[in-house]
Amino acid sequence: MTAAEAPEASTTEAEDSWLDVDLRWEHLKGRLFLAGCVAASLFGVFVLALLIADVLWEAILGVVQHDVSIRTFLTQPASRHADQAGFYAAIVGSVWLMIFTVLLSFFIGVGTAVYLEEFAPDNRWTRLIEANLANLAGVPSIVYGLLVLAAVVNFTNPLTGGRVGPILLAGAVALALLITPIIIVASQEALRGVPDGVRRGSLATGATRWQTVKNVVLPAAFPGILTGTILAVARAIGETAPLIMVGAILTARRVPEGPFDTFGSMPTMIYYWADRPEITFHYLAALGIVVLLTILIAMNGVAVYLRNKYETQQ
Amino acid sequence: MSYDGNPLSGDGVAADNRRNRRVRRVFLACAAVTVATTLAIFAVLLDNAFSFFYDSRLHEALLGAAVEARVGFVEFLTGTRWAPYHAYPDYGVLPLVNGTLMITVGAAFISIPIGTATALYLSEYASPRVRGWLKPTLEVLAGVPTIVYGFFAISFITPVFVRPFFGFFGVSVDYYNAFAGIVVVGIMTIPIVASISEDAMNAVPDDLRNAAYGLGATKREVSTHVVLPASVSGIFASYILAVSRAIGETMAVTLAAGYQSRMTANPFVEIQTMTAYMVQMARSEASIGTIEYQSLFAVGLLLFLMTLAMNLLNDWMKRRYREEYR
Repeated sequence: MTAAEAPEASTTEAEDSWLDVDLRWEHLKGRLFLAGCVAASLFGVFVLALLIADVLWEAILGVVQHDVSIRTFLTQPASRHADQAGFYAAIVGSVWLMIFTVLLSFFIGVGTAVYLEEFAPDNRWTRLIEANLANLAGVPSIVYGLLVLAAVVNFTNPLTGGRVGPILLAGAVALALLITPIIIVASQEALRGVPDGVRRGSLATGATRWQTVKNVVLPAAFPGILTGTILAVARAIGETAPLIMVGAILTARRVPEGPFDTFGSMPTMIYYWADRPEITFHYLAALGIVVLLTILIAMNGVAVYLRNKYETQQ
Repeated sequence: MSYDGNPLSGDGVAADNRRNRRVRRVFLACAAVTVATTLAIFAVLLDNAFSFFYDSRLHEALLGAAVEARVGFVEFLTGTRWAPYHAYPDYGVLPLVNGTLMITVGAAFISIPIGTATALYLSEYASPRVRGWLKPTLEVLAGVPTIVYGFFAISFITPVFVRPFFGFFGVSVDYYNAFAGIVVVGIMTIPIVASISEDAMNAVPDDLRNAAYGLGATKREVSTHVVLPASVSGIFASYILAVSRAIGETMAVTLAAGYQSRMTANPFVEIQTMTAYMVQMARSEASIGTIEYQSLFAVGLLLFLMTLAMNLLNDWMKRRYREEYR
């Protein structure tokens, strides 16, 4: 800002001597700073492009050079032989997980959001619940896996001595615990988007709180809640660490038959393949990532579509 | 709007009010589940970690089971050798903490400058059109599963970038190395720093900027001398959140940095973080109740406490900056 910052030499130039600030130097500094900021912003974009290119390249290399059959990959379960190994059982496992995760987290998440936004008095307990939510959102995903491992998977029936074991439902519980705070925050935002006038109008007609929520507020907030839930589930689908903690079978050789069966999933299968030294498994991991990312992009696309449709209706 | 009854009278109003109260209790129960989750994390981790130190779980000990010290607290927290599978096992957690801190600090050197600069660009310079595609791109970067970053580390960062580059200077780089982990964790925490810092910068009132322009400040000076200091607590909150994420980050560091616990500051050798050890342990065949198995919970508890401290600090920071410009 002052001449002290500018180099000595430039202030001696005649055309600038009437000013105590060297504007050319200031402009240069400004441009360099902007260039730095732009470069930093583009770094993220560049890395994202690099990451996608790398995954696609490895996947294509696997199909073209190493004869990985896409048909086998999509229709067969995992195998110790790379040329027969497929992703099918892992995909089915992830779909099952997705269904149970939504069932377990959606109602509790939306219920909590409705309580906090529509019913909760402004007192110490409410603030405690909200502070706790902020903390839960910051708990590492692996800790949720550890919680479910100890509280569900290792739970032994005191009468029969039987252990629950690494069942699919336990994995879904871990993922549900992980995304419930996300669903709550998204639902709270959607509920806050409903104008208070709408609530007062309903209450003025003699409706109870619950009738107002059920018939007026929730229908108005529903697209927002749905969008938030889809995004949260997309997050859950890519989570690996909690499932490994819970004891997911890393090589998904068998399609899970129900919620009480052992299970594999897409991300754990990718981890197993990526960690194998054999190069062919590496390509399988790349193909698996392509499938996983395609599903995630599709889910995000649906969420964005819903959000845009809802926004234009408003 | 705290309102919990209906002042009207007439047919069905009493029933409606009863239903309203019932439904309210159901929703309160939902909210209670979230509090119970936190309590359960504490209880379960303490209960099982107790068994690592004293051979019986905390609730069993409280019910009168025999307590036999297996690993000392001091040994656990200050020991410099972590070798649970060794014939002469040692349970000093410092090598794992060392690995975690190495990744965390290294990643902060990437995510903090790049994230802050990105936030400044988004908040001070970018046109609405550029913001319109840059922000979603950063969201995508934040939404990529961590396992994909892990794959990126071992299939690209290490073989194409780290090994040729540092190999050129005569540095030998392991297949698993901390450096690749640092790079990917740094990249994945950029969006956290950028988006939360940008929120803080947007909260700075335009009056401050205009006053500085009125004094003849350039745009750069407004950015660095006015906006940055004015939003500093929000920016620090974003740093803390990024660090907290890096501490708890699991799959990317497991795949990139490996399974070899050691006390080292060399980023080009294989290391093990706390989370990577937990993955390795969960994959092993150790049976429940053994000291190896229960070490999972001792390390998990330490990890949880570290991130909890970070989250509380972040919460405190966030509350401070919210109050600044009301």
